[in-house]
Amino acid sequence: MSTTELHVHNPVEDLLRQDRIPTIWCPGCGIGTTVNSFAHALLGQDIDLKKTAIVSGIGCSGRVSGYMNLDSFHTTHGRAIPFATGLKLANPELNVIVYSGDGDLTSIGGNHLLHAARRNMDLMVVCVNNMIYAMTGGQAAATTPGAANSTTTPYGAFEPELNIPQIVDAAGACFVARWTAFHVMQLERTMAKALKKKGFRFIEILSPCPTYFQRKNNMGDGLAAMVDYKKRSKIKNGCPTWETVLEPGGEIIVGEFVDREREDYLTRMRRQLGSNYTEFPPQMEEHESEGCSKEC
Amino acid sequence: MHADQRCVLTGTHFINGDAACCEGALAAGARFAAGYPITPSTEIVERFAARAPKVGGLFIQMEDELASSIAIQGMVWAGQKSFTVTSGPGYSLMMEHIGLAAISETPCVFVDVQRGGPSTGLPTLPAQGDMMQARFGSHGDYVTIALCPNSPQECFDLAVKSFNLAEQYRVPVMFMMDECVGHMTEKVVIPKADDIALFPRRHASKPPGEFTLFEPGPDLVPEMAHAGEGYKVYVTGLTHDKRGYPVLNADAQRELITRLFEKIRRASDELTMVEAEGLEDADVVVVSYGITSRVAQRAIQMARDKGLKVGKLRLICVWPFPEKLIRELASKVKALVMPELNMGQVVLELERCAGGQCQVISVPHPGGTVHKPAEILEAIERGAR
Repeated sequence: MSTTELHVHNPVEDLLRQDRIPTIWCPGCGIGTTVNSFAHALLGQDIDLKKTAIVSGIGCSGRVSGYMNLDSFHTTHGRAIPFATGLKLANPELNVIVYSGDGDLTSIGGNHLLHAARRNMDLMVVCVNNMIYAMTGGQAAATTPGAANSTTTPYGAFEPELNIPQIVDAAGACFVARWTAFHVMQLERTMAKALKKKGFRFIEILSPCPTYFQRKNNMGDGLAAMVDYKKRSKIKNGCPTWETVLEPGGEIIVGEFVDREREDYLTRMRRQLGSNYTEFPPQMEEHESEGCSKEC
Repeated sequence: MHADQRCVLTGTHFINGDAACCEGALAAGARFAAGYPITPSTEIVERFAARAPKVGGLFIQMEDELASSIAIQGMVWAGQKSFTVTSGPGYSLMMEHIGLAAISETPCVFVDVQRGGPSTGLPTLPAQGDMMQARFGSHGDYVTIALCPNSPQECFDLAVKSFNLAEQYRVPVMFMMDECVGHMTEKVVIPKADDIALFPRRHASKPPGEFTLFEPGPDLVPEMAHAGEGYKVYVTGLTHDKRGYPVLNADAQRELITRLFEKIRRASDELTMVEAEGLEDADVVVVSYGITSRVAQRAIQMARDKGLKVGKLRLICVWPFPEKLIRELASKVKALVMPELNMGQVVLELERCAGGQCQVISVPHPGGTVHKPAEILEAIERGAR
């Protein structure tokens, strides 16, 4: 019997670039699990996939955009958010999702994260947090908890870890949530909810890196990480984000922390501009026939 | 202000180079820009921020130049023409994304109104010290196109040209102004919209499914599809194949990088853009670009008054360097003199192309002001001996 006959179609396959599978991710890595939840969330929505673009930075999670069968942009390290900002501004019809890692989004790209949240740019940002720089071989990140070992902190890190939800909340995001790679159903539901919301939406997902983070810290394999997540996680929807710090070995607070209404950048721009704004179609060829305002 | 439907401010104006550059971008069809304030370039985006919303566009002030220089590329892949504007320190931050635009063949324009450097240097005073950076600033091998205006009129004309070249060759184009040209106010004549030729986006001629994103055309330049059009584009800063998929090996690198070089090399005749005068019987030719060419003009006149046979060659397009033209010229003259507002950058290319056939005299200047004509005259006299 050939494998084709055995093959049962998984609806998620249509959302993946089949010709790019297998992925580069290690056995036990949680990134693929998050992508599965994301694909299910996308499929369950009344969303025009033709108008959906995904943007990544650099790193293991930065490869997500390239596996999705959407308009895919794999940009530079830390700069997925400003690229996505340009994409959204120049064609507001697009649903723009940023999918990247903790080092990319919060360290080298930290400034962009802050300001996109402040602007309430209409982007959904998914941050896979494996607490380490994995693509480059296991160096410490801004998210590496406490005294954890990494290749650049052989005596443990001398600096505290970043509480990402608190930062993004303080900067003004209208939706902030956190799950782990263990919470696949909750993650799918949260992603589905975030996809429907307008404004800056941020979802952090803790994800194991058996090759570097777990191994360097004697935490076992991917499965052991799932058991650990299950044991340590506590669902606290609406939890104030100053309480969501990830203490080493401590409770992992998960859930939807922030869900508020705030006018997004483009809506506010149109409102404030009023008659100073003249609508134009996004295509550049049509300009001649459309005319522009008299004041111009 | 009464612009026509294409937002072209047809008429005769008395405006500075920064304003003219903004009008050029609008006339070229750019409706979107991202930037970060920096002297002496800011007037360009200030004007654009006021003008763009009236034609469905916008200016977004990003958190830094790293963000600006990639936001514009998002705008381009969304189907728009876009540009960013900066000066030295900001230009340094943008290097990363000049490389991204080069490898992803994203047509966009980087305007650098040059000021004295390095570092914070002389924020309000002119220099031409970013010329090598415009050519080699980002890491790795790539080619760009760099234009140098020497008047507000050219800030308009060449801004339009920059967008056209970006679209034609799908490269980031460096529009290398300087503080003098940017802040100089002169007459600028803006033609009617119909008289301004625009190079349209090379949009995919095949439907999704049949189209390959980086399949080179006959001139080695691929067509482009945008996000939201159903093509499911895959754009990466990694070395990639024709589909845009990452392929990380020496063969793929060779194929991609040689094509990126070759598409510009093939166009080298077309990209030889110069203003030449009196070359026929010249003993000495002053080769210059940007604001320095206007001081050189005076020095040339002074030399001619003394009976010297001096020609003028102004490089409008500095990169790619007009190698063939310089090689031929060097075989006919005694000396080439190059004044520039830096310690000797483009003169290195001049020397290389002259290949020892004639004397090459550099007239360096650290910037902060322009040359004195006498300094250039002295070099001309030295070359004529």
